[in-house]
Amino acid sequence: MSNEIVPIDDSIAPTHAPRSTDIDPKAEKRAEQQIAILFGLSGLGSLLLIYSYVFVTKDVFIFIPVMGNQNAQQLGIGIGMAMSLFFLGMAAIHWAKTLMSDVEVVNHRHEFRSSDEDREAFVKTVKAGAAAAGLGRRTLIKRSLGAAIGLFALPPVLLLRDLGPLPKKQLETTNWKAGTRLLTDPGNRPILATDLEIGAVVQVLPAVEHEDERPLSDIAKDPVLLIRLREQDFQLTPEKLAMTYNGIIAFSKICSHMGCAVALYEQQTKHLLCPCHQSTFDVTRGAKVIFGPAARPLPQLAITVDAEGYLIARAAFSEPVGPSFWERNSQ
Amino acid sequence: MTPVEKTIGNVANFVDERLGAAGWVKKSLNKVFPDHWSFMLGEVCMYSFVILLLSGTFLTFWFDPSQRDVIYNGVYEPLKGLKMSAAYASTLDISFEVRGGLLMRQIHHWAANIFMAAIVAHLLRVFFTGAFRKPREFNWILGILLLTLGLVEGLFGYSLPDDLLSGTGLRITSAIIQALPIVGTYISFFLFGGAFPGTGFIPRIFTLHILIIPGIFLAVITIHVMLVWYQKHTQFPGVGRTEKNVVGHPILPVYMAKAGGFFFVVFGVIAFLSAVASINPIWLYGPYTPGQISAGSQPDWYMGWLDGLVRMSPPLETHAFGHTISWNILIPALIVPGIVFTGMALYPFIESWITGDKREHHLLDRPRNVPNRTALGVMSITFVMVALINGGNDILATNFHLSINQIMWFSRIGILVLPPIAFVITKRLCLSLQRADRDLLLHGSETGRLLRLPHGEFVEVHEPISAEKAFLLQSHEQPAALELSDVDSRGVRRPGGIKNKVQRRLSKAHAVSVPKVSEQELKEIEHH
Repeated sequence: MSNEIVPIDDSIAPTHAPRSTDIDPKAEKRAEQQIAILFGLSGLGSLLLIYSYVFVTKDVFIFIPVMGNQNAQQLGIGIGMAMSLFFLGMAAIHWAKTLMSDVEVVNHRHEFRSSDEDREAFVKTVKAGAAAAGLGRRTLIKRSLGAAIGLFALPPVLLLRDLGPLPKKQLETTNWKAGTRLLTDPGNRPILATDLEIGAVVQVLPAVEHEDERPLSDIAKDPVLLIRLREQDFQLTPEKLAMTYNGIIAFSKICSHMGCAVALYEQQTKHLLCPCHQSTFDVTRGAKVIFGPAARPLPQLAITVDAEGYLIARAAFSEPVGPSFWERNSQ
Repeated sequence: MTPVEKTIGNVANFVDERLGAAGWVKKSLNKVFPDHWSFMLGEVCMYSFVILLLSGTFLTFWFDPSQRDVIYNGVYEPLKGLKMSAAYASTLDISFEVRGGLLMRQIHHWAANIFMAAIVAHLLRVFFTGAFRKPREFNWILGILLLTLGLVEGLFGYSLPDDLLSGTGLRITSAIIQALPIVGTYISFFLFGGAFPGTGFIPRIFTLHILIIPGIFLAVITIHVMLVWYQKHTQFPGVGRTEKNVVGHPILPVYMAKAGGFFFVVFGVIAFLSAVASINPIWLYGPYTPGQISAGSQPDWYMGWLDGLVRMSPPLETHAFGHTISWNILIPALIVPGIVFTGMALYPFIESWITGDKREHHLLDRPRNVPNRTALGVMSITFVMVALINGGNDILATNFHLSINQIMWFSRIGILVLPPIAFVITKRLCLSLQRADRDLLLHGSETGRLLRLPHGEFVEVHEPISAEKAFLLQSHEQPAALELSDVDSRGVRRPGGIKNKVQRRLSKAHAVSVPKVSEQELKEIEHH
């Protein structure tokens, strides 16, 4: 396709008005100077960048109104870079707009559809090629080819199998077992039931062998929130009430919706709120969902105290903690 | 001949004798590009992509994409001695110990946000002006692909530093994967290399983020731009502009100087933003640990509408036969976005089916002249905006002292009610604008000058509009609705009756318009 340039058809109305730089030599001169100044500003920017990089140390801060204290080196490099780039571009654009021709011109368009002869020739070529390969006649080759391609698609998927282990029961289990002590997080200290005042909220993790070496995948399912209320505040079924100890109730901190940490507890209403999607759980009613997208209450951990008065789990969680998954038996 | 000309001539001769390039280079340099401010939006996309490649390459020189534990011992005092991943520690080092490192991080992040914003703006321009019509449907689909890739690439990018905020994002990502029926748990364990957060995800998405996806981006952008080049750019209607030509400036020198200069302007603006406006200050969030979270956790803006959809979802789960299906995750996070993106990709074909128009189009539509399409576009924007507002419901609630529950209920109802209302209002507005155009042609423009006639009546003096403007207001087509009969020429019922009915009704709705000024009416004005 040729790109012949032709003049624009302006028989209906004029399409071009001359600019001041087209008719006034002074304006033209002025534009030329403006462009030179813009190029100069760009150069200044580059120098500012180099100066800031080499001579300004990292620990210098300068106060700039509105922005506050700013790291001088970072700001100098940034402003220098911005100037160097911005004014270079502005100079080129100003040049194009004031001094280069602004008369619009025309290219013709051509329909994309190929000519009928070309299309026929194309069909003929493809048919001839297909006939030469004889795929239509040779059914055996066609079928075995299909089977081979089908099998060929499997290995690439299979080869990705070793990306990770099988889930096994990992989503269904936590490190909480009957008798596991509740340790503060952070700190890993055991908690005396008598230490908790009414209204207290503590995040706990299970006692394990190496408490400083907990893998993150354990911290993704083990955290539990302890909340102490007045016992008359609870509106629980007898089984759920039996899982509390002396007004202390324990819930998984991992949201039953998408697994975020349900970290916002409101003392007044006794509601737990997940900051990710605002699912709201009512602590007094066994973390029942009262608002938001979560479909299940937070799993409750049965607690009691050991002989020394420290809080322990009475049993493991009776259901998986965290977000739902296909294999989860939620009945 | 000057010495410079002679040198250039020699080089050109050397190249041409080997490649025969003079012919097509000459043709290419004669290429005419039409001018309109909105055509810059696509350029902003391309330039910010280049900026992303440059700044991203810089960051890879120092970034360590590993989830292995390290004890931080850098210069940032508040986090000294803390256990964290090497990814997070190296991001801190880039921010505090590499000169210009924080600037580059901020350039990369700002450029990503601007890249996505420019893609959306470009997409809206192309949609509302009908630039996606035949022969440009391929390019429309490639554009949708780039938008989708951008969402994934952005998510991966801001997840790499492994800070508390991005880790929370990955927790949500893993929950979405886990929600997939049958295969979800397995895919999640494979991708993360074990139970969340595992140790595999960040190095893996690093490879995808810096190699595979940018590679696909580069290929698709190249095809996208080459198709624009080959098919020639669309143009707005106006004097001298037809379906058979393209009016504008030749690539050498005007377009080249403007477009090239514009690259530096975009880069300069992003550099300035990055120098003065902090973005993603990961050192304030701390390293990721699944047991903690910061209030007001927000994704980057382009993911906000998806998060908003998830937030407003009703608490629906199916529990049966020992299995769980989380509709509260699947519907907002996968099914609705799937429908939105598929619908967008197919729209050019849907519209051409409705209008029955199979011709090539190179002149753009003024949005008011295609009320149905414009209304559909505004309806879609309204849908996304309601979702986006809900994605920031916690921020809105704290800043404006509103109830988060009320915002959520507003969104839940609004997402169903507001888009249809937006459709109706937009369609009415378009028709009103058409009526205004018609008035302008028939009666000229209002001058604001009042005239008192001898018998006391006041009239406003109208001035006829310019020939150029009159041409513009008259130049669009007003195709009639499709005439589809239920029976064929022999009176036999055609198959696909319901399909016909739908097509006929849509076509009728699409063709609604205020009639243009006819030739006869124009002649009558001239007589006045």
